[in-house]
Amino acid sequence: MVEKTFKITASEGVHARPATLLVQNAGKFNADINMVYNDKTVNLKSIMGIMSLGIPSGAEVKITAEGNDEEEALNALADVMKNENLGE
Amino acid sequence: MSQLTGIAASNGIAIAKAYRLETPDLSFETKKDQNPEEEIKRLESAIETSKSELEKIKAHTQEKMGDEHAEIFSAHLLVLSDPELIQPIEDKIKSDQINAEAALDETANMFITMFENMDNEYMRERAADIRDVTKRVMAHLLERPFPNPALINEEVVVVAQDLTPSDTAQLNKQFVQGFTTDVGGRTSHSAIMARSLEIPAVVGAKSVTQDIKDGDIIIIDGLDGKVLINPSDDERKTYEQKQAQFEEQKAEWAKLKDEPSVTADQKHVELVANIGTPDDVDGVLRNGGEGVGLYRTEFLYMGKSSLPTEDEQYDAYKEVLEGVGSDKPVVVRTLDIGGDKELDYLDLPKELNPFLGFRAIRFCLERDDIFRTQLRALLRASVHGNLKIMFPMVATISEFKQAKAILLEEKENLKQEGIEVSENIEVGIMVEIPSTAVIAKQFAKEVDFFSIGTNDLIQYTMAADRMNEKVSYLYQPYHPAILNLVNNVIEAAHAEGKWAGMCGEMAGDPVAIPILLGLGLDEFSMSATSILPARSQLLKLSKDEIASHKDEILSKSTAEEVVEFVKEITES
Repeated sequence: MVEKTFKITASEGVHARPATLLVQNAGKFNADINMVYNDKTVNLKSIMGIMSLGIPSGAEVKITAEGNDEEEALNALADVMKNENLGE
Repeated sequence: MSQLTGIAASNGIAIAKAYRLETPDLSFETKKDQNPEEEIKRLESAIETSKSELEKIKAHTQEKMGDEHAEIFSAHLLVLSDPELIQPIEDKIKSDQINAEAALDETANMFITMFENMDNEYMRERAADIRDVTKRVMAHLLERPFPNPALINEEVVVVAQDLTPSDTAQLNKQFVQGFTTDVGGRTSHSAIMARSLEIPAVVGAKSVTQDIKDGDIIIIDGLDGKVLINPSDDERKTYEQKQAQFEEQKAEWAKLKDEPSVTADQKHVELVANIGTPDDVDGVLRNGGEGVGLYRTEFLYMGKSSLPTEDEQYDAYKEVLEGVGSDKPVVVRTLDIGGDKELDYLDLPKELNPFLGFRAIRFCLERDDIFRTQLRALLRASVHGNLKIMFPMVATISEFKQAKAILLEEKENLKQEGIEVSENIEVGIMVEIPSTAVIAKQFAKEVDFFSIGTNDLIQYTMAADRMNEKVSYLYQPYHPAILNLVNNVIEAAHAEGKWAGMCGEMAGDPVAIPILLGLGLDEFSMSATSILPARSQLLKLSKDEIASHKDEILSKSTAEEVVEFVKEITES
């Protein structure tokens, strides 16, 4: 399993557009991908899961991936985070 | 055949089959002892059909309104692919052996309740998304499909209780010949949209959804506010003639497209258009508009999940300024939010009297972060054309001074940053509040121009809610009280060498035009489709002749007396 922690810098937190992109990208991989925030773990392939976290600006979140393409998956999601100015 | 009467909201005659735009009855029975495999198959097929519909709606919205507006449908599509939603429904079908409808309803409600109970307005809004999406799936399960105005592919007349902005945006002008609604008035959103789409409409016809069935042949007479249901052959013929006459008339008007707007006694006035989005600029040019007298910037802020950025706004303003042409004026109204226009993501408290509450400039002066972003975008765009800025709902001189000071501050900031800004931006106010009209003389020393917003000015002066049908008889544009206020504003502007315009519905009203001309109004801003008829009307009017009767017009006691008197002097 691989994981990476991000600090959310976007002023509105994880809102609709980036959430949509994260889920769309997660869906492209076989690996099981989760997001952890405040001790809650949700399936990152689920838009409702990620939105139910209500992640605000300044939060620290962890993305984990487990499966044959876990490395690519994590890299792709880190790119989305960066390109959307969501966090680093 | 039967006939209904409503409010003529947009000119023209439409004859086509009825298409009822309504949410179908989605009630269902919970059935036990169902075959889970069958039910899961039904569920999957309903989801697939819903997805392909949403894909089409999304593509259509993208094409018509841009990526921004289409994003909501991407989110809807993801909800339908969400394992966390679909799996529990399937589990429930298996474990309880109930029908797919019941399992979908129960599971969706669980999520909706969860989202509705979150302490974040944005998340609560997501409950609405889930509700929308599950409604669509439920409709397919019940085989009572959801109407999708974007998917209409034959000539129809749309019949609805009311049309929301997103409904109207999805209407395809190629197929939708016109529409009629139960509720609404000439200034309701659907009516304004109909004029901007240039399709005939009759609104406020009260019982259209009750009296009209899908597939009935409907005639919409947007000239006289009539709706005919299943007309006889003779009636149909009569209306086909009326339609042809209207088309001929339009062709006559079209000849005036590049002509100046002058009166019979060679006085020039400016005929400009009201717009809501950069897409409306085409209509302005097609209808010979001499510029834009009111660009409502609210649409940039609506139908979104967050505030538009400075760059997004800059792009829109630049597109309008360049589209209209650099020599033609574009009057941009700064954000007028509040009242009946809410922004979900700002989470503003509900008010008892929103039209008298925290809206427009009152809101912008407090949330100056939002205001500054808009002003910066406008200032940056100012180099691309002839920009004029006006503040809405100004009640006191001090509000205007504060707003202008913020504008000048941002201008200075931009210059410091090395960004070019036009030095010739006129700054004015919208006159909607009676107190402002009364002391227009004092305001005229401060502002560069006035634009009278009659929709609100009338409702505030007459103390009559324009959305309330019970008091709609008090919405009287020709009432002497209104005309005296309008006259006061025009005289005040002229005394200081400034100009006065009008951007309410009244400015395009053929009954009001002679009166306003006589009072000396300089600029008439109206729906683009009203410009050519107004230009044609002006050719027959003598400004000096009407102006010579000004005192008499203003001293009439009732609206009826005014109308009758003006008719006499213009027809003699």
